[in-house]
Amino acid sequence: MTFINYASREINCKIVYYGPGLCGKTTNIQWIYEQANPEKKGKLVSLATETDRTLFFDFLPLDMGTVKGFKVRFHLYTVPGQVFYDASRKLILRGCDGIIFVADSQRARMEANIESIANLATNLKENGFDIRSIPYVLQLNKRDMPSAAPVTEMERLLRFRGEPMIEAVANQGTGVIETLKAAARQILMELQRT
Amino acid sequence: MAKLDLIMFEEEYKLLQEIIGRLAKDASAKVVFLVDKNGQQIAAAGDVKSIDATSLASLTAGNVAATDGLAKLIGEKEFSLLFHEGEKDNLHISIVGKRGILVVIFDQNSSLALVRLRVKKASKELQEIFDQVEQRAQKESDTGSRFESPFSEITDEDIDRLFGD
Repeated sequence: MTFINYASREINCKIVYYGPGLCGKTTNIQWIYEQANPEKKGKLVSLATETDRTLFFDFLPLDMGTVKGFKVRFHLYTVPGQVFYDASRKLILRGCDGIIFVADSQRARMEANIESIANLATNLKENGFDIRSIPYVLQLNKRDMPSAAPVTEMERLLRFRGEPMIEAVANQGTGVIETLKAAARQILMELQRT
Repeated sequence: MAKLDLIMFEEEYKLLQEIIGRLAKDASAKVVFLVDKNGQQIAAAGDVKSIDATSLASLTAGNVAATDGLAKLIGEKEFSLLFHEGEKDNLHISIVGKRGILVVIFDQNSSLALVRLRVKKASKELQEIFDQVEQRAQKESDTGSRFESPFSEITDEDIDRLFGD
């Protein structure tokens, strides 16, 4: 649910990074935070456990510049990936405008990726969204791992609607901005139609 | 889109701003924020510069969402009021209508009783404006007679520019 404020000429969009535990959702946001121009980024809020696992969410507000005279601001959120935090994940999807699914390329995590997409579909539905129509990007993360599955195999298993698919190594920044941009494009184009 | 977007026009925004400005004064509060349940700030009044408003908005919404989850677990619809007491400053959080959250930050210059009293009155007024916004959105959605969106002619180049390409 985009918030368009005609008084302050601002438009706010919520983008949620989803995916199985340790797939690199927080790493994506951290990289964006480190690279962003200090004037454009807000504070990175991380609600994490002592061992740096996401407990509730990470949050990063980003000022992107203007479109048609409106200031565009993205609110980036991650969900906790661990299976037992499902109640929290559901809450964070509230009012989201787009999803970035971060898949872990390691073969051993393929089942976790598939489960997480199924979980996303369920949780979106409970929030009144349809996984087949909401702005959605698939990121194949950790492409540098020796045990990474081939892209074609991951595509066959995880890509289900011709969504943009981007290869990434989030801790080095590869593919991180491209992923965000692909999501932004879909969300802003959606505004054109509404 | 699954849900109606929240679209706020100048006149509605002014009214909201006026109400929370008055609330900040009447309740002797330091700051008052009006936040959307999805974590976006709608309006603010008082000593706004002293606080990171964006983080406050998102954390408040997270807090309310988590408390909502707790309420449902024990069979309640929601908890309409949350109060956090600090050494110096206190946080009074209340739900306004279906999508608003009112956050009042106050210190020893005010009291919980006064804040509660003033919040109650302001909430009623805010609710009326939210209802208007919603009715308008619903009407436009039903009749398809939506105002001309400034984004109807957004192009790929516009988006490239946002990313500095």
